[in-house]
Amino acid sequence: MSATDTMTTSAASGGQPRVFHVEDEHHAEGGSTMLGFWLYLMSDCLIFAMLFAAYGVLGGNYAAGPSPKDLFDLPLVAINTTMLLLSSITYGFAMLTMERGRVGATQGWLVVTALFGIAFVSIELSEFSHLIHDGAGPQRSAFLSSFFTLVGTHGLHVTFGLIWMVTLMVQVARHGLVTANRRRLMCLSLFWHFLDVIWIGVFTFVYLMGFLR
Amino acid sequence: MGRGTRQGYCNPLEYEIVGRPALKRLRTIALLLSACGLLGGCNAVVLSPSGYVALQQRDLLVEATILMLLIIVPVMVTTVVFAWRYRQSNSAAVYEPDWNHSTYLELMIWSLPLLIIICLGAITWASTHLLDPYRPLSQISADQPVPEDTRPLRVDVVALDWKWLFIYPDYGIATVNDLAAPINQPIEFRITSSSVMNSFYIPALAGQIYAMPAMQTQLRAVINRPGVYEGFSANYSGAGFSGMHFTFRGVSDDDFKSWVAEAKAQGTGLDRAAYLTLERPSEDEPVHRYSSVDPTLFKAIVELCVEPSKMCMSEMSAIDAKGGLGITGSANLMPFEYDKYARRGAVFGVEPSYVASLCTPDEPTGSKPDAPFSAVPDPAPARLVGAGLRLPSFTPLPPTSGPSALRIAFRRSGS
Amino acid sequence: MFAQSSFLKLVFGRLTFDAFPIHEPILVVTFLGVATGGIAVVGAITYFKLWGYLWREWFTSVDHKRIGVMYMVLGIVMLLRGFADALMMRMQQAMSFGDSQGFLPAHHYDQIFTAHGVIMIFFVAMPLVTGLMNFVVPLQIGARDVSFPFLNNFSFWMTVGGGVLVMMSLFVGEFARTGWLAYPPLSGIAYSPDVGMDYYIWGLQVAGVGTTLSGINLIATIVKLRAPGMLMMRMPVFTWTALCTNILIVASFPVLTAVLVLLSLDRYVGTDFFTNDFGGNPMMYVNLIWIWGHPEVYILVLPVFGIYSEVAATFSGKSLFGYTSMVYATVCITILSYLVWLHHFFTMGSGASVNSFFGITTMIISIPTGAKIFNWLFTMYRGRIRFELPMMWTVAFMLTFVIGGMTGVMLAVPPADFVLHNSLFLVAHFHNVIIGGVVFGVFAGISYWFPKAFGFKLDRFWGLMSFWFWVVGFYFAFMPLYVLGFMGVTRRLRHFDDPSLQIWTFIAAFGAVLIFLGILSFLVQIFVSIRNREALRDLTGDPWNGRTLEWSTSSPPPAYNFAFTPLVHDLDAWWDMKKHGYRRPLEGFKPIHMPRNTGAGVILSAIAVVFGFAMVWYIWWLAALSFVVLVLTAIIHTFNYDRDFYFPKEDVVQAEGERTRLLAAQA
Repeated sequence: MSATDTMTTSAASGGQPRVFHVEDEHHAEGGSTMLGFWLYLMSDCLIFAMLFAAYGVLGGNYAAGPSPKDLFDLPLVAINTTMLLLSSITYGFAMLTMERGRVGATQGWLVVTALFGIAFVSIELSEFSHLIHDGAGPQRSAFLSSFFTLVGTHGLHVTFGLIWMVTLMVQVARHGLVTANRRRLMCLSLFWHFLDVIWIGVFTFVYLMGFLR
Repeated sequence: MGRGTRQGYCNPLEYEIVGRPALKRLRTIALLLSACGLLGGCNAVVLSPSGYVALQQRDLLVEATILMLLIIVPVMVTTVVFAWRYRQSNSAAVYEPDWNHSTYLELMIWSLPLLIIICLGAITWASTHLLDPYRPLSQISADQPVPEDTRPLRVDVVALDWKWLFIYPDYGIATVNDLAAPINQPIEFRITSSSVMNSFYIPALAGQIYAMPAMQTQLRAVINRPGVYEGFSANYSGAGFSGMHFTFRGVSDDDFKSWVAEAKAQGTGLDRAAYLTLERPSEDEPVHRYSSVDPTLFKAIVELCVEPSKMCMSEMSAIDAKGGLGITGSANLMPFEYDKYARRGAVFGVEPSYVASLCTPDEPTGSKPDAPFSAVPDPAPARLVGAGLRLPSFTPLPPTSGPSALRIAFRRSGS
Repeated sequence: MFAQSSFLKLVFGRLTFDAFPIHEPILVVTFLGVATGGIAVVGAITYFKLWGYLWREWFTSVDHKRIGVMYMVLGIVMLLRGFADALMMRMQQAMSFGDSQGFLPAHHYDQIFTAHGVIMIFFVAMPLVTGLMNFVVPLQIGARDVSFPFLNNFSFWMTVGGGVLVMMSLFVGEFARTGWLAYPPLSGIAYSPDVGMDYYIWGLQVAGVGTTLSGINLIATIVKLRAPGMLMMRMPVFTWTALCTNILIVASFPVLTAVLVLLSLDRYVGTDFFTNDFGGNPMMYVNLIWIWGHPEVYILVLPVFGIYSEVAATFSGKSLFGYTSMVYATVCITILSYLVWLHHFFTMGSGASVNSFFGITTMIISIPTGAKIFNWLFTMYRGRIRFELPMMWTVAFMLTFVIGGMTGVMLAVPPADFVLHNSLFLVAHFHNVIIGGVVFGVFAGISYWFPKAFGFKLDRFWGLMSFWFWVVGFYFAFMPLYVLGFMGVTRRLRHFDDPSLQIWTFIAAFGAVLIFLGILSFLVQIFVSIRNREALRDLTGDPWNGRTLEWSTSSPPPAYNFAFTPLVHDLDAWWDMKKHGYRRPLEGFKPIHMPRNTGAGVILSAIAVVFGFAMVWYIWWLAALSFVVLVLTAIIHTFNYDRDFYFPKEDVVQAEGERTRLLAAQA
């Protein structure tokens, strides 16, 4: 084993010199962000999984109170679902325009997305207030508790997504579509589509199946 | 061996180890060890119980331990030997810094534990089914099947804050913190709790099972030796938990009869009103006896409807199974008049309340739990599996009347 | 009068003067002790003008090494509190027989055993293993820091925030009286209307945020930031176990968060998830909490398995026996840990088939665990074992842990569990695996990596004292509990009737005192080592003749860890480098890209504590305000785009030159 060559290399037993450090490194800034955010989404997904599980266990316990059939207004929920799905599409447009570097168009699509999001949250709130007004609040039965919690947690996520979106719009307005902002828009995109997927689960599992029960 | 169920079970790994001398000897050794010297004369009741079920559980413990010692002891010895032999100062020992793999050894270190776990797993599977607390006993001791004409003694157990209520439905008596059973007669406990989780445990008799509100668990056991044993709650349940114990007496048939007669003679009656008073939290409660019991009381406790105006769980689940009572049903609530803990509702919640039972022309004060217990014990279940937590069965409408008008009204306005 | 009281209620919620336990002498004395100590520490820091240094260099630091050290300090401080609880419990159980009621009323005793469990798991064991992972993993994989350095700082302070809430309950109000997992209905508003449960909920929720985020951070770090050439199967075993642990964290802590959210909704809004009435189901809580709870056990024990692997290989002077099977065993345990949760409540009355399924899966876990024990055993075989402190802890672990494993399998046989469930046997079992496994491992890890963190070894004499007090104390404290379990004694009892039990609880209390001496010896060890640091100094950066990359850099490592990112060719990268005559590079240094320190983590966590406190005491205006401020602060933090800088080349040259000089002086 000779160590007579350069400082950082040496002759391995096979005669091949071994290099033990990297001369040139390019540390991609924010290289782990998407992975990290994805992991966060998975942990969030698990929270929803628990809420779905709770709904699955308790969803039939009406405590001699109202059942999904008595409560849900399917056309309204369909409109609501459309709002959220459309907002996902418009967010997709925002991402496409972001790729082309068009700040104004991106901002425009974000505004449209946010409006759809606000519509979604408003419709959901009015649905909740109707239910509570009818005496079918979250305290009435385990079914209603798990319904309000599952749907409400989703709504809370959408609300935070909206706050985040507004924040990002301000940041894009200030700094333009710099790398950091692009990364943040990508993260919000993942988040927004994730909420869409969750909602499809809620719509199917809670509303449609509720009617089939 | 006794009955059909027993013979039908011919797994070679059958848990019963009668007739296997080696293990039997180990059992005797374990018994001796536990009975005297090892524990300094203390009463290790788990290792020397007086009931056949607990005895089998003890044997299982011993067998599992022996099986594991087969691997644990060599590991501990080798650890010490290797640590000593390959210490740095011992230059005589072989040193192989690059030796880090041996397929043969790797195979051994995975397969040896695997083999032991296979044995233990088979024992676990068989014994869990044989000692399922829901399974009727077939033996009252290792060599004595249950006599054909024996009916199990039925005891309904209610964990209260912080005392135990025992109802003997076949004798119409009840006791607090005092339990007696004739020796060598199978006992069938039905267990519930009035408020929070507890665990019903008499170490000398059989393993424990949880007592949970609004649920009913079961335990079957037999006591073989007369004596006075300790029973208690084995799951922390609040401030009075430490004092929540009772005596369990294994007595002869005659003594049991006189014990029952004594309760009949000296006690007062336990109706729903008396129960609601008894239910209030109290600590270190002395023994009470009740000469008579409302025969529907236990079922009402399980179903959380001792107060006559509360809807029973079975009625509620029957209604739920048919889709609830609609929007109108959401108003079918009554505020609590009395609550054990003067309970505060949640700060953002509604007024503490309960679901009111429905009143019908037949039952002007709301539905009562259905008919008293039948005197005939349940036939043994056909399959030898644990029954799990079944919902109480319920026939939603009283057999004497048709669907009540009011209920129909509720359904219509609801949907 | 009425108007005034409702005004006070608006301002202070349910916080009144009665919340301060001035009538409880034990608490008053404790408070005076803590206050005196606290004032002394604060005074000393002020006197030596250390606040600025602490704030700049530690509290706001995003350096994974410093955060790791702060986690360890948190764990040790909380250990003192948790152990004080343990001593009080042991004293109570040793005294309270027959006519004597001991010195603790139920109201106090029930809080103590709950706090003991919560603190030991969440604020002692978790910070200690997280701290070690935080410190070691980036160094072992040749990284400059974790993936998200700010998040790391934030996670730490959230963990501290949870701890602060739990500690606050000691002097303001009270803690939960439900047992450490707070089963409903007992933990519901109907049976626990006091603030204790709310402290429990908010303490764990705040800390849980930190734990989950730190799990995400370390997974991303291990997946993304490994040095080139370090393939998955070339990762040190500790890094492997850290990876699996953090996967477990990310896949189980959200369950805890969700189940605590449901419980808080029951308590605050009056929902019916876990109530008896209205179709609620308390047993769902028990299931859900153990779906988190069982993986949690492995979250604690897997990293220390990694520590033992590193220690056994290093001090036997050999490479680890059966690296591959060690990795697969770790992965097996990770997966299996999700399939066993029901064994914590066989007595619930599930069917025999369900019970035996979970019993058998539990036993199956003992196969990979057994394989690990054998691997350590054969690592020692034909080695040259140096009995330094870490190795002594490892041998003590191997002898102690197998007993705990055996009693664990006994409890996994459902009918046997029926007679031992919730007994002191169970208490002895899990202390056997947690002390004999996790605590011994953490001490092994501390004495192993301490020289890396501070540049000097720990004092051997006091280390030996600590070791023997702990090991002997453990056997004295917990073997009697096994016996008591066989005598049918259940856990959490405050008073016993049978005087024949007293000898055993007395021995157990004696054992607890021995362990207390072990903790004291450990503190003395730290103190003595700091005093004698020049004599104990290690200048090589590789005091144990180590095998993995953390030993290739100086002790303590520079802020950037490695001047050049290492290139890995083999398992045991540093051993490989030493074997192939590696020479440190002496020139060609470049400026290094580094994250900036930030106080945002401290601020956010402080606001979270205020929010939690306001929620506990129903001070709604404060809760709403602090929540809004919390969100706004987080948003404002995102407006800071200037988060990193280049560590100047001159500083790198200077630091590396210093090391060259020191190494040359050594040679």
